[in-house]
Amino acid sequence: MTRYPDLPPTDASALSAKDFKTDQDVRWCPGCGDYSILAQVQRTLPTLGIPREDFVFISGIGCSSRFPYYMNTYGMHTIHGRAPALASGIQCLRPNLNTWVITGDGDSLSIGTNHLMHALRRNVNLKIILFNNRIYGLTKGQYSPTSEVGKKTKSTPYGSLDHPFNPIAVALGAEASFVARSIDVDAKHMKAMIQRAAAHEGTALIEVFQNCNIFNDGAFAFISDRRERPKTSLVLEHGQPMRFGKKKEYGIAIGPDMKPRVVDAEAHGVENLLVHDEGNPTIAYLLSQLSHPDFPTPIGVFRDIQRPVYDRMLQAQVDDARARKPGRSVQDLIESVHVWEVR
Amino acid sequence: MSTAQTVELETVAIRFAGDSGDGMQLTGTQFTETSALLGNDVATFPDFPAEIRAPAGSLAGVSGFQLNFSSHEIYTHGDAPDVLVAMNPAALRVNIGDLKPDGILIANTYAFTDKNLEKAGFEKNPLEDGTLQMFRVFPVDITSMTLEAIREIGLNQKAAVRCKNFLALGLVYWMYNRPLQHTIDWIEKKFRAKVPDIADANLAALKAGYHYGETAEIFTHNYVVPKAKLEPGRYRGINGNHALGLGLLAAAELSGLELFLGSYPITPASDLLHFLAAQKHLGAKTFQAEDEIAAVCAAIGAAYAGGLAVTSTSGPGIALKAEAIALAVMTELPLIVCDIQRGGPSTGLPTKTEQADLLQVLYGRNGECPVPVVAAATPGDCFFVAIEAARIALRHMVPVVILSDGYLANGAEPWKIPDVSAIEPIHTEFRTDPEGFLPYARDENLARPWAVPGTPGLEHRLGGLEKEHLTGNVSYDPANHQFMTELRAEKVARVAQHIPPTEVHGPASGDVLVVAWGGTYGAVRSAVDHLIAHDRAVAHVHLRHLNPLPDDLGEIMGRFERVVVPELNMGQLAMILRARYLIEIRSICKVQGKPFKEAELIRDISAELEHAR
Ligand SMILES: Cc1ncc(C[n+]2csc(CCOP(=O)(O)OP(=O)(O)O)c2C)c(N)n1
Ligand code: SF4
Ligand SMILES: [Mg+2]
Repeated sequence: MTRYPDLPPTDASALSAKDFKTDQDVRWCPGCGDYSILAQVQRTLPTLGIPREDFVFISGIGCSSRFPYYMNTYGMHTIHGRAPALASGIQCLRPNLNTWVITGDGDSLSIGTNHLMHALRRNVNLKIILFNNRIYGLTKGQYSPTSEVGKKTKSTPYGSLDHPFNPIAVALGAEASFVARSIDVDAKHMKAMIQRAAAHEGTALIEVFQNCNIFNDGAFAFISDRRERPKTSLVLEHGQPMRFGKKKEYGIAIGPDMKPRVVDAEAHGVENLLVHDEGNPTIAYLLSQLSHPDFPTPIGVFRDIQRPVYDRMLQAQVDDARARKPGRSVQDLIESVHVWEVR
Repeated sequence: MSTAQTVELETVAIRFAGDSGDGMQLTGTQFTETSALLGNDVATFPDFPAEIRAPAGSLAGVSGFQLNFSSHEIYTHGDAPDVLVAMNPAALRVNIGDLKPDGILIANTYAFTDKNLEKAGFEKNPLEDGTLQMFRVFPVDITSMTLEAIREIGLNQKAAVRCKNFLALGLVYWMYNRPLQHTIDWIEKKFRAKVPDIADANLAALKAGYHYGETAEIFTHNYVVPKAKLEPGRYRGINGNHALGLGLLAAAELSGLELFLGSYPITPASDLLHFLAAQKHLGAKTFQAEDEIAAVCAAIGAAYAGGLAVTSTSGPGIALKAEAIALAVMTELPLIVCDIQRGGPSTGLPTKTEQADLLQVLYGRNGECPVPVVAAATPGDCFFVAIEAARIALRHMVPVVILSDGYLANGAEPWKIPDVSAIEPIHTEFRTDPEGFLPYARDENLARPWAVPGTPGLEHRLGGLEKEHLTGNVSYDPANHQFMTELRAEKVARVAQHIPPTEVHGPASGDVLVVAWGGTYGAVRSAVDHLIAHDRAVAHVHLRHLNPLPDDLGEIMGRFERVVVPELNMGQLAMILRARYLIEIRSICKVQGKPFKEAELIRDISAELEHAR
């Protein structure tokens, strides 16, 4: 029978952000967006009511993937692109753990797209934070699968040619059960997204717009600038009409051609605006296609639905099989076929 | 009543061959089980095409099953069959070259149509043109007889024709005086409830074949092969993949750990995944991943979380897993990697056997990246090798590779049932005490502590970056890297302290020592026994541990004039032994996708014996 150290859990209510800090020097470039994501995670975990020893942080390779070294939890800095697969193994063996995946846009949408999509499709109980800086940071500035077309980098001096991935659309395509987006500089919003992801049963993906001030500075300036943000972002709220602007003066409405358009909220009538529904895949996909400058870029939860969780189902299959054939040993299995005696 | 004379034989090899849809694997398996129940020693060699359903009657679609049964202990499926049952011209063409001179050929004349003859590349019908004179040829219209025997049951033509393998089986049962009961029971169990008319038809065909032998008077002899003097005890049949699965389950039970298998289907390893996936009632968790990389990574995750973690594949999958295996080396986690080898390189010969992954598993990773490697010798030995691999992985906190191969995986033999409760438990301990905890501190085996998530106070981070000695913190210190590299090597080297003294089969010194490993065991043992019986000074060492090698191997090799290493590759172990011991090693290499024949080895080892004099 299974035996894991059977010790009483520590008191989760006594935790604070500093309990999640390690003695390792954080080695990101000064000004890197990764710092604020780290700080928000460290601040949010103590609010979840989960004992520290149950958290596991698994990352791939990249600047962002250094993250686990700075988290005083269990964790592993694995190999490029494979974090969702490794984390799936942890969670499948022990569904009661609380496993988080930290990954970059190259890590999860180039070398590891396969694993990301399969984790999302299976709905393993993993919380994935995708640090999207639209560049390869660690390898010093090549374009990434989320870089915009025409991007000039060391590896694309004439401009990149390939159409980028839209991480939200990719996740929706894999029928992810929870998909959200946040911004490194918006501490409050990110904290809310982390809490929502933590509360979700199944795979939760949060794309975080993260500034790499060394190789792709200002990639998200349109939305990270506090003064611009009300106009350039659409904050998603379940059940609420989609409104934005400093005074919520604009809204999103659907025209007779089924296309979204920006309208004057009052003139159009608030009751005629599109209402966000986290359970509606059509709305989620429509939202994934909105972006600055033609539209405000949505932030918040695009989709949050319940569907069966892989690691729980696997455990249930094992428990069920055991209940049907209780007390069996390997010896029984060896002898379950035809056995004969040689004298 | 039969007028045939009954002759006693010691050992007989039979090969059933036909289209992949003809049920030859089933026929061979039934004959094997019946013979094992009669008390014969049996060894088998299923040989199927890579194509699932190649065009009917084509050479590419020929599927074969050879079994060897005997009144004494045997180690192989037999070099050349005494009997060939050929269900069509293509099966004849592919297999006739192996049949012993004067061997028995039973050919299904129904299938020898102009079209089938042409597909098999025959200009004339070989059953009629005198080219098979060196064999005892029995043309039998197996298909028509089957249709006739089951006509009253009223199956459609297609279903009726499919029963013909049971007619062939019944006939061969008669030839070798085998009872029908085991197969009757099997048919009843398999078909009675769901498709009763198929059960009736198969039974009728089986009996018709038997009665045909008895009454047709075309066979002047039939044969008995008396019981073998096997070691007394309780037996069952086993193939290598099932033995491996059972061994892994036993290792989980012996260590008290939860078994986790991450795998991606690939021939000839898939059966291990299938087998373990069916054992959820024993707590086995299986995960069919999206690819081999995900499979090994999931297993590494499970190892970190405190499971008995396994990943299984064949050579192409090992290539994909290399980077992750290195992660397990760096993070020092216990992991079992099963490589069921097949012919390579690239997709190679998926359904054929080879031993050409040895260097890949030893060296096919970046950096200095040693792992222990163990190899199974027989199908049943896969069970014990699995337990040994788990013991090493858990004792030393290291990934361990198990080498098996297509021949062992699919080959079956009678297996003396082990008593799991009598096997020494595998001691494992999770670290729980936070006092003085250092993730990379070590015990006498140089194993670091296994601290699993969920344990208060032992939170720590692992990773692929070089680790600082003791703390496990990331370190780029040059001296530390050298120290840790040497330490990882020393850790693997210390596995040798637990390897029992090497068994030398034959004289302790002499002219030739044959050093072999893996699935060639049976052929090598038979060949060496043959030579010893002819007073040649030759001995056999069969290596289970390929890394590290046993400490006493160098001294043992030094006691012989010559060391000969037969391998189903181009000399991989030979190269390692030369490099390690700086001695001359003679290599016998075969890469035909087929196991060694005893006769080939007798010939090649004899040649070495001549030189040794
Ligand atoms: C197998 C392999 N290939 C390539 C690399 C080199 N590499 C390391 S990180 C990286 C890209 C990282 O980009 P991203 O995931 O966006 O992370 P960021 O550094 O931007 O946070 C690459 C190509 C590697 N470590 N391993
Ligand atoms: S290179 Fe960019 S992403 Fe990496 S640490 Fe520096 S600023 Fe951050
Ligand atoms: Mg990046």
